[in-house]
Amino acid sequence: MKRVYVNEQWCLGCRLCEYHCAFANSKESDMVKALKNKKIHSNIRVESKGNINFAVSCRHCEDPLCIRGCITGALQRINGLIVVDKNRCVHCYTCIVCCPYGAISPSEDGAIQKCELCVKNNNGVPACVSGCINQAIVYEER
Amino acid sequence: MNYIYPEYEVVRNYSRCITCRACENQCANKVHSYLECENRMESTDDNCVNCHRCVSICPTRALKIVKSTHTFRENANWTGKTINEIYKQAQSGGVLLSSMGNPESYPIYFDKILINASQVTNPSIDPLREPMETRVFLGRKSHEIVRDANRKVITKTTPQLDLSVPIMFSAMSYGSISYNAHESLAKASEQLGIYYNTGEGGLHEDFYKYSKNTIVQVASGRFGVHKDYLNTAAAIEIKMGQGAKPGIGGHLPGAKIVGAVSRTRMIPEGSDAISPAPHHDIYSIEDLRQLVFSLKEATDYKKPVIVKIAAVHNVTSIASGIARSGADMIAIDGFRGGTGAAPTKIRDNVGIPIELALASVDKRLRDEGIRDSVSLIVGGSIRSSSDIVKAIALGADCVYIGSAALIAMGCHLCRSCQSGKCNWGIATQAPELVKRLNPAIAYQRLVNLVSAWEHEIKEMMGGMGINSIESLKGNRLMLRGVGLNEKELSILGIYHAGE
Repeated sequence: MKRVYVNEQWCLGCRLCEYHCAFANSKESDMVKALKNKKIHSNIRVESKGNINFAVSCRHCEDPLCIRGCITGALQRINGLIVVDKNRCVHCYTCIVCCPYGAISPSEDGAIQKCELCVKNNNGVPACVSGCINQAIVYEER
Repeated sequence: MNYIYPEYEVVRNYSRCITCRACENQCANKVHSYLECENRMESTDDNCVNCHRCVSICPTRALKIVKSTHTFRENANWTGKTINEIYKQAQSGGVLLSSMGNPESYPIYFDKILINASQVTNPSIDPLREPMETRVFLGRKSHEIVRDANRKVITKTTPQLDLSVPIMFSAMSYGSISYNAHESLAKASEQLGIYYNTGEGGLHEDFYKYSKNTIVQVASGRFGVHKDYLNTAAAIEIKMGQGAKPGIGGHLPGAKIVGAVSRTRMIPEGSDAISPAPHHDIYSIEDLRQLVFSLKEATDYKKPVIVKIAAVHNVTSIASGIARSGADMIAIDGFRGGTGAAPTKIRDNVGIPIELALASVDKRLRDEGIRDSVSLIVGGSIRSSSDIVKAIALGADCVYIGSAALIAMGCHLCRSCQSGKCNWGIATQAPELVKRLNPAIAYQRLVNLVSAWEHEIKEMMGGMGINSIESLKGNRLMLRGVGLNEKELSILGIYHAGE
């Protein structure tokens, strides 16, 4: 299955992926309208220390701890992709505690949010990948 | 007190800025900063070199850079630029330094030359339908047909370089440009079937795998020169001069001689890499001949030797001497040629235009009957495919591109290479900046540029009814001058338009 991978060697820590992610999932057509003066909630996050940077998002694990922890079945694995059914989420955040990558976070409305590889917002290619200025984030089979 | 007002101003469209702070993150000159209390970005124009890194990455197109309209009291003689230079020197007491090519408004002869096309009586050729040859061989060509005892033609030649298109990446050293820039050039050359040049900084051990497409340079500092370096290359270039700074040497500050750069140059970390102005063992053509043959001896006569010189006033006599020195190629670098750092006044005032140097050298060598002894490579601001067609019609065998290649990789000609803070990861050794140039992207951009130029060269050749680059070589009848005086036309060896 194609997944989003980050080549740490090329990640510059510019955090543009976070903004492209938030914009892609905002349902707005203009980035300014979507993000200006708003606190962004992205599904990818850049971790930085010194000169080392890398972006982290859901790994879509083979044996996902988040799904094991989910008490309502809001998280499901469909064709390898781990998706959220926000209507079923009861905001218990067990998945957030379970995820070893810290790739799940609460959204603005309280339900959890995570990377779904831009399949729901119909971008084709994940927005973090197309928006990366140094091809550090790639979408490929490994 | 600071006499100098910033040359550029950062204009931010606050209605579009989403304060993502990418500009702040990516500016090595620390132009942008974030004001937390007001949740807005600020800029310090004094630090801006107008490299466009922030402009290019801004996701909402909220930034642009404009030239400051701040002015001195206007004066045609004492321009703002001159006054500022005096302020700088009065402050520092130092030599003014600059990078990239001569930016002054001297004539650009390529822009005053027009190319011919076929009409009615001589059919043009469509390169998309018919074969079109851009392949060239560089090296000494035999003067006569020699046959063996059985009257068979002997086809063995001295070593040649085989190029798919008459373009090479000119010498830029590892040290002046980054590891990733070198890797991009090497990879692109391999894919394109052309050559890149190591410059005088040696060849990094990782790049020996590209040696089939590598020209190694031997310059006055002899940095990184050893037997394997010479033998791994496709050709060896002796650098006598550089178009941007004819007559002077180079100086890579000790601060840049770190880690792999020090190892590759074979000098201690932190020591200044000083290339002397002359080669201290070359004071005549005879001395040059000794070095040419030393290098040939060291490489078993398997590698062609290039001698690179800057285009200076007596370039024709020098070229004539080089052609007799045993060298296989002469590279001439015009006064617009680029550099990682040169004294401004040298860069802006020394040397001559490559078009005139090329035309006169080609003529001199032909007049003396030794044009076949060498191939002519010209550089010093080849900016487009039409410059290449014009250069070849003026007599060049091949061109070197340096600045154009850097621009393809992302260089924005901010001309601040000497600061070592290249925001595009090209002219820097700072690891956090070098990683900004991903060779996977940059090499593809180089391949794209050269492929695009190859298409355009074929189109122009087709238009002239020429299907082989060899038929264009020295074919000055395909050129006409506009707005040139008699003297210029006679040096270029072309007619005026209308003639």
